[in-house]
Amino acid sequence: MALIDDRCIDEAPLRMSEATPGDYIALLKPRVMSLVVFTAVVGLVAAPGAMNPLLAMIAILSIAIGAGASGALNMWYDADIDKVMSRTAKRPVPSGRVTAGEALGFGLVLSVLSVMTLGVLVNWLSASLLAFTIFFYAVIYTMWLKRWTPQNIVIGGAAGAFPPMIGWAAATGTIGLESVILFLITFLWTPPHFWALALFKSGDYERAGIPMMPNVAGHASTRRQIFAYALLLAPVGVAPWLLGYTSLFYGLVSLGLGAGFVWYAWGVLKMSDEDKAMAPAKALFGFSLIYLFVIFAAYLGDRVVAEMMGSMAGMGA
Amino acid sequence: MDKLETVDLTEQQKKARRRRSIAIGLALAALVVIFYVATLAKFGPAVLNRPL
Repeated sequence: MALIDDRCIDEAPLRMSEATPGDYIALLKPRVMSLVVFTAVVGLVAAPGAMNPLLAMIAILSIAIGAGASGALNMWYDADIDKVMSRTAKRPVPSGRVTAGEALGFGLVLSVLSVMTLGVLVNWLSASLLAFTIFFYAVIYTMWLKRWTPQNIVIGGAAGAFPPMIGWAAATGTIGLESVILFLITFLWTPPHFWALALFKSGDYERAGIPMMPNVAGHASTRRQIFAYALLLAPVGVAPWLLGYTSLFYGLVSLGLGAGFVWYAWGVLKMSDEDKAMAPAKALFGFSLIYLFVIFAAYLGDRVVAEMMGSMAGMGA
Repeated sequence: MDKLETVDLTEQQKKARRRRSIAIGLALAALVVIFYVATLAKFGPAVLNRPL
């Protein structure tokens, strides 16, 4: 028998892909990416000094692609659990439109491309932070923490909190205290945001075998922890004003938002064990999205106005 | 000589492949533009300042 015959016997039938560009865009988690882009823009614009606008746009694009790449790597590794959760079952890999290998290749290529582009065209500090963020999300969070500990999103939340710091590093080549505070705002916001979701989706996480806080420590403990994080988040949100980085406008907005967050978290804390509708948890989840968007928008607006006033005063002098 | 055995794509697969090819083409074109413009933005006129 010819050697070529032996090699053909057990081969799987050729699979021809029906994946569209939209499936590959879905691998990048566009909704998460939009949040990353927004917070990175805030970090970049708030940083002192002027940056070439074109290089600034390339920096933001690189950060967005890097975040998307880590999303693709996450979907490659998590296809098994995505399949059993209602929220994620229609993703390209569990639904079979893209193979796990294709998602892995796509994620790796985009990771290298985004980090190298940021490094070569902007600076290597921001590129290193981006590389670390991708590694942290794909390896530390997805492969290790997510299936191992109920503190998964507490530690893993750092990955989502890095973008404003990367934006700042892209503009200045350094890491300032201001960018650390922007990091802390997202970092402390993540646990109450995801635990509110996990409370009313705990059945999903249980089926997938993910040790989310409500499944491991119980609903009552999760509600207490949500409230504790809200109490930590509120003052950190106001810190940029207290430290003199922003005007009273941001101070008042962040105070209002912080008070709102604590109020909604209080509602969750008071929620009864028998409450199946979990309206307070859903309300907190919705408000947490508004909180993050508005606090970063207020920060951005505050800094842009201060910059414009500064340059107008300079022109007048 | 025998005809080579090939895979016949369905209409759906052909359509998907065409759309993927267009997307890859556009992405590559965007990369060319980005690197061209970024080189000019980063080095400015100094990009021409080199010994011949």
